[in-house]
Amino acid sequence: MFPNSTYAESVDFAFWFIVGISFALLVVISFLMVFFVIKYNRKKQVKAVNIHGNLPLEIIWTLIPVLLTLAMFYFGWMGYQDLSNPPEDSMVVKSTGQMWKWTYEYDNGLKSDTLYVPVNKPVKIDLVSVDVNHSFYIPALRIKRDVIPNRENFLWFKAENTGSFDIACAEYCGLQHSYMYSKVVIMPENEFNSWFTDATNKMNTTLTDTTSIK
Amino acid sequence: MTSHSSSNNGYESYLDYRGKGTGLKSWIFSTDHKRIGILYLIAMLIFFVVGVTFGFLMRLELIAPGKTIMDPQTYNSFFTLHGIIMIFLFIIPGLPAVFGNFFLPIMLGAKDVSFPRLNLLSWWLFIIGGLLAIIAVFLPGGPVDTGWTFYIPYSVRTSTNVFPALLAAFVLGFSSILTGLNFVTTIHRLRAPGMDWFKMPLFVWSIYSTAWIQVLATPIIGITLLLVIFERAFGFGIFDPALGGDPVLFQHLFWIYSHPAVYIMIIPAMGVISEIIPVFAHRTIFGYKFIAFSSIAIALFGSMVWAHHMFTVGMSGAAMFIFSLLTFLVAIPSAVKVFNWVATLYKGSISTDPPLLYALAFIFLFSIGGFTGLIQGSLSVNMHIHDTSFIVAHFHYVMFGGTGFGIFAALHYWFPKMFARKYNMKSAKVGFWILFVGFNVLYFPMFVMGWLGMPRRYYDYLPEYQIYHFISTVGSWILITGLIIMFANFIHALLKGEKTNEMNPWGGETLEWHVPTPPPLENFDEIPIIETDPYQYKDNDLSNTEVKEVN
Repeated sequence: MFPNSTYAESVDFAFWFIVGISFALLVVISFLMVFFVIKYNRKKQVKAVNIHGNLPLEIIWTLIPVLLTLAMFYFGWMGYQDLSNPPEDSMVVKSTGQMWKWTYEYDNGLKSDTLYVPVNKPVKIDLVSVDVNHSFYIPALRIKRDVIPNRENFLWFKAENTGSFDIACAEYCGLQHSYMYSKVVIMPENEFNSWFTDATNKMNTTLTDTTSIK
Repeated sequence: MTSHSSSNNGYESYLDYRGKGTGLKSWIFSTDHKRIGILYLIAMLIFFVVGVTFGFLMRLELIAPGKTIMDPQTYNSFFTLHGIIMIFLFIIPGLPAVFGNFFLPIMLGAKDVSFPRLNLLSWWLFIIGGLLAIIAVFLPGGPVDTGWTFYIPYSVRTSTNVFPALLAAFVLGFSSILTGLNFVTTIHRLRAPGMDWFKMPLFVWSIYSTAWIQVLATPIIGITLLLVIFERAFGFGIFDPALGGDPVLFQHLFWIYSHPAVYIMIIPAMGVISEIIPVFAHRTIFGYKFIAFSSIAIALFGSMVWAHHMFTVGMSGAAMFIFSLLTFLVAIPSAVKVFNWVATLYKGSISTDPPLLYALAFIFLFSIGGFTGLIQGSLSVNMHIHDTSFIVAHFHYVMFGGTGFGIFAALHYWFPKMFARKYNMKSAKVGFWILFVGFNVLYFPMFVMGWLGMPRRYYDYLPEYQIYHFISTVGSWILITGLIIMFANFIHALLKGEKTNEMNPWGGETLEWHVPTPPPLENFDEIPIIETDPYQYKDNDLSNTEVKEVN
């Protein structure tokens, strides 16, 4: 699953940075354990040596992990700051979570059950819940934010490639939780604009139709 | 095991002593810390088997997309019950209540804990809590389906039996608080003459840190769960957003306890590992004080990182910064422990008996759990993997690979002392390897699919995740095979295993290896006087240990 935004790339970098260091340390720890168990096996009848400790070693293996974890923290924090500051010119869409579906509403009142957005444009999603907690999650963009009643949460993204991607609910919300999927369709800007115009017109005609029937 | 007769040794063992009653009564009303430990062990293992059964059935459901063996409502109840049982009835009481009760007084050179009757009360509260949890399953309304976290508003909306489940957790909390209180007092007041703080075995240090968390943190979950009960019963509106309450406040209060609770679960397991490694390396422990203080450091820092369970609820930048930073730093004392354990193997005389195998597996699996904890602690990465199966894999590596393997290590280590029977070493090793392989096949694929975007607590899933779910389910079968071999081995040993009165089969130096097997009613005829550190191995003479090739 390729990362579909600069933010997603920063997440992947932080992830592989931590995985890389962790893997190296895990290999060292495991190798030493196995090596010691073989080398100092009791079958070899060698007398054990009592070593009570070593202060320089303790300091080294405290300080090095401190520095490594501070570096890990730094990359995560920098990436997150990016996520918490949506650009001023973001297009705003309201996403409503309810048991068990998502509805998206654009600023002109247009509603959709699929999230259509233009590529390469910042999009800010305002998150609203009408019942219990949900969590709005787009794996391809590496973003997630809880959707909580009475709380104004949001997130934003700027997708780099067009395509259709899953939106999942990531906070347990009852019976159909695992079916609370929808799609984000990322389109070239002109395609998005024509969809938006068409859909808006359609909405207006439907509205007029209903009025005329009355 | 009631049919034991070791009275031929000229003393009355705790297994023979009848007390006021006979049969079952001599057990369930006994205030002997060893009998209470055994009572906890039996109860806890029964709950473990129930929890494993739920886990097994969930994995079976997830072997293929769509409905396999159960409907979504059943699945939601199963993961809830699996969580409640495993956490409140197996892992939290696991090491402190079973092995803490049995060995803490002996390791301190005491005849019992400070408040033996309170100790019995704790066990009864534990049983009442467990019964309430079982009632929650069978009452009309259907088993609770909120997840073990009881998140509001769902937990005030669902019509299932939330009330008995909350009450169960509430009562179990009291059991835990009283046990903690008992252990803190015992460690302060009942150490044998000469045993200053730095002559205590490291398992005692770990129980001490744990007991403080139990005393200080558990009341918070008690109050919180009580408020949820009021919320459901009277519509208080403290947490319920429909009544102007704050559902995020519930999450804060819940995790202020439940994060430290993770350390209630893991620190005693670390204590067990610190006991086992020097014994089977037959040398002194490396960095005693660093291991001892790191338990305290974990207990302290671990109390200040709870909100890392809530990185996606929308907290302030300051809160995110602090909680993420502290989360990284709380890893340091755990890393220090791991390094000291590995260093203890250096230049030892290592015997790869089952307890050591479990201890080494603990280090490996707990390290993976710890490293993947760092991945979750990173703020930007957390936005992606929060509430996916990545976290499920992570906490099973810590809680099962860590604490679970710690409990198995403790069982293999102390079994001969507790029951005066030998288990089959070969079966134990076979069981270990199957369990170890099964564990990784079961849980590792969850890291992969979590990273690929598979959310947790999902009854159904998209077809692209099927291969990982399939591998994971096969892993559950391997793991359960290992568990069956292990338990069959223990049961066989209890019923037909070779009897042994060998005082010190592994060549340990802590006090429990200097009392008869099985231990007498009040442990010591004469309270010992402690003059040395717990892990001397002074002569380090191989002739002492060669005979230890049991079986």
